[in-house]
Amino acid sequence: MTVSGARGMFSAYAPILVVAALLALTPLATSANTVLNAMVLALLVALAGQGWNILGGYGGQFSFGHAAFFGTGAYGTALLQARYGLNAYVAFAAAIGAGAAVGAAIGFLSFRSGLRGSYFALVTLAFAEVFRIVANASPFTGGAAGTLLKLDVAPGNFQFASRAIFFWIALALVTLVLILTRAIERSRFGAYLVAIRENESAAQALGIDTFKVKLQAITLSAAVTAAAGAFYAQYFLYVNADIAYGAAVSVEALLAPIIGGLGTAFGPLIGTLALHGLAEGAKALTGRIPGIDVALYGALVVLVIAFAPKGLRGLAARLGRGLSTRWAS
Amino acid sequence: MSAPLLSVQNASKRFGGVLAVDSVSLTINAGGITGLIGPNGAGKTTLFTLISGFERPTSGRIAFQGVDIGALAPHKRAALGVARTFQIVQPFAGLTVRENIAVGAHLRHARRDEALAKAEAVSERVGLADRLNAPASGLTIAGRKRLELARALATEPTLLLLDEVLAGLNPSEVRDVIPIIQDIRRGGVTVLMVEHVMQAVMSLCETVFVLAQGRIIAEGSPSAITKDANVIEAYLGHGAAKRLAARDVAHG
Amino acid sequence: MFAPEIVIAAVINGLLTGAVYALVSVALTLVYGVLHIINFAHGAILTAAMFAAFFAEQAGVDPLIAVFGLAPLFFVLGYGAQRYIIGPASHGEDSNTLLVTLGLSILIENALLAAFGSDTRTIDVPYGFSTVDLGFVFLPAPRVIAFAVTCVTATLLWALLKKTDTGKAIRAVAKEKLGAALVGIDVAHVYAVTFGLGAACLAIAACVLLPSYYVQPRVGDAYVFVAFTVVVLGGMGSAPGAMIGGLFIGVVESLSGLYFGESLGQLGIFVIFILALLVRPTGLFGARA
Repeated sequence: MTVSGARGMFSAYAPILVVAALLALTPLATSANTVLNAMVLALLVALAGQGWNILGGYGGQFSFGHAAFFGTGAYGTALLQARYGLNAYVAFAAAIGAGAAVGAAIGFLSFRSGLRGSYFALVTLAFAEVFRIVANASPFTGGAAGTLLKLDVAPGNFQFASRAIFFWIALALVTLVLILTRAIERSRFGAYLVAIRENESAAQALGIDTFKVKLQAITLSAAVTAAAGAFYAQYFLYVNADIAYGAAVSVEALLAPIIGGLGTAFGPLIGTLALHGLAEGAKALTGRIPGIDVALYGALVVLVIAFAPKGLRGLAARLGRGLSTRWAS
Repeated sequence: MSAPLLSVQNASKRFGGVLAVDSVSLTINAGGITGLIGPNGAGKTTLFTLISGFERPTSGRIAFQGVDIGALAPHKRAALGVARTFQIVQPFAGLTVRENIAVGAHLRHARRDEALAKAEAVSERVGLADRLNAPASGLTIAGRKRLELARALATEPTLLLLDEVLAGLNPSEVRDVIPIIQDIRRGGVTVLMVEHVMQAVMSLCETVFVLAQGRIIAEGSPSAITKDANVIEAYLGHGAAKRLAARDVAHG
Repeated sequence: MFAPEIVIAAVINGLLTGAVYALVSVALTLVYGVLHIINFAHGAILTAAMFAAFFAEQAGVDPLIAVFGLAPLFFVLGYGAQRYIIGPASHGEDSNTLLVTLGLSILIENALLAAFGSDTRTIDVPYGFSTVDLGFVFLPAPRVIAFAVTCVTATLLWALLKKTDTGKAIRAVAKEKLGAALVGIDVAHVYAVTFGLGAACLAIAACVLLPSYYVQPRVGDAYVFVAFTVVVLGGMGSAPGAMIGGLFIGVVESLSGLYFGESLGQLGIFVIFILALLVRPTGLFGARA
């Protein structure tokens, strides 16, 4: 590898490792369960958003139904353990596979039919609702009561007494996907995905099998979001239809990357932290009024698209450039 | 055996009640620049979409290097070596010039660094080397036309379909682009170009096909074409050839 | 098997429900036909209108009277939302519009949740439990009224689009926005008027729904899913398609509820929806350019 290549590698991946290392110190700074709990949840949302970002941010295919994948991951790991007594780690991996398979199936049907834009958003939304209704009604998934996992704290069962361990595992997953996303950015697959987002006809003319690339993207995207769902079920040892397949999950998965910066590796993580910060601030100011935090999220989406189309990360970069040019002059 | 590079046989395309391309047959041999001209609405761009695969012919056969490609998707034709540019330029607006060209280069180069290096090389051939890091959305119309050319060229095509790459350029910009097209031909790429800028057609093309109302009405060297009575009629209206001939006699 | 009278009653009830679906769908399809965007805030606007109708009733104004104030009010709100928020924030990109309307929907729904909580509220109107006797079937009066109001609204809307200059401008922009702009039509204004008309239709729908239904911050979602289905089925942008599609879905829902029970009836709508999108995204009626 050339020197410039090595330098490129370093500047691409070093920030990820630095951020991961800094975040990993959180449990040393606080042992308060509420803080760790909030951080684990934030990382889960970030992970779900990272999955969405692969398809939506890089590929430009806006799914409004990523709950279909999150829920399949959550129910997958819960049912495989509760009904078939599978080892928790095996169930976790299988649930990710199941999420990927659902992604591939939805992608195959939608992209084969040429659905784009609003149509694609609508069909994914509808698929997620179908999953929700079925999971809510079927005895196999425990119906409206949901599925409970047996509490049996042991590392072999993917159950830990300390929340810090869960935190580190969630952080490891987020970091892994950060690295994966960065690798996609630097690959032919990534270039093709972005080309499809920018102009699908031109992409075809340049020899890109747009159907195949979109199918690969939704499969990968679904797998990552399914991992977030599987982790959720493992962390709370419980899942029901509204938690797993509810519209709120689909919305959270897309809010973070949009606010943080569509099609950027750090976008979902930055967006999640910003959203959670906003929610905490709102709670501190207004008390615990249900809905106020999510209402602010909605307002923030409109504001970000109006004034910072590249998200907070883009805004920060713009401000940074502005400052550095001012310093230089 | 040497099959022609491109052979279109009795290709027709119907959109509802309109027969946009009406049993067109044409043959293009490897190496050279062929022109496709005709009045507005003659079906030139439709014929291009049939050859590049964005539309399927209603009937007829399209063969590339002897292989029937009429049913193949556009990306498969690109992989075989048929590249096209769009009359209305279609840049990847959010990407830089370098990234735009690299997308094309990836067709033959899986590795990112190789594709980026190829993009740089291509940018020099089309005169975009100094704009590599500019966003495509920031290019002038002339710059975008060059980018369109560069991206197609980066796929390392055997046959390059140019859809009015000179339209919208001023005369000095046209003069700048003509040598680029000549250079592409010297590099071994066969060119089929739809063009309205007759000065370019005259100086670049060895053979010209004339399309009018979906049909090929003439074929020949540029100088022969300009004297063809059918062509004059198609462009200037019924009876025009006779009037011109009469005027030539009177002035002759 | 059910007796024929029961099936016929179910069909008629389905038509009555379907009329409200049709009204909500016409509003959605009108906006789509002109702006070429799917308004994801549609359900939230309906919910907001239902809350407005609810509080009007609490203040002593019957929804059927309140509608004369609420329809113009929502026209103005819709006009403003498109002209001053959705339009400018989207920078002319469809994908942005998608997200901006989604953001608005999240904002409106959760602001309602924060303001009024998640309780289900109902109202009592004098005609709430009256029935209309057709001889072989009794029909609930509120839904018969809803049906009638929908028919009147659809007729007015049709007249507005066909007979007035504003209507002509709307149809011109729907067909060819650039051409319309070239002949001097203010496209941003027409967009906002269209959006306002959509919101006004939703206000009317809210006023006729409330007497036989309930209001709650997420109540619009159920209707909007149905409306999406209807609009996809009827052909995006086709108003007659939305009318027929709305009635059709109302009957399908009523019959599948009769034969398969409530929750599976709901599932049936989604399955129809997905199939319609996958098989024929241009709709069963009208085609999209």
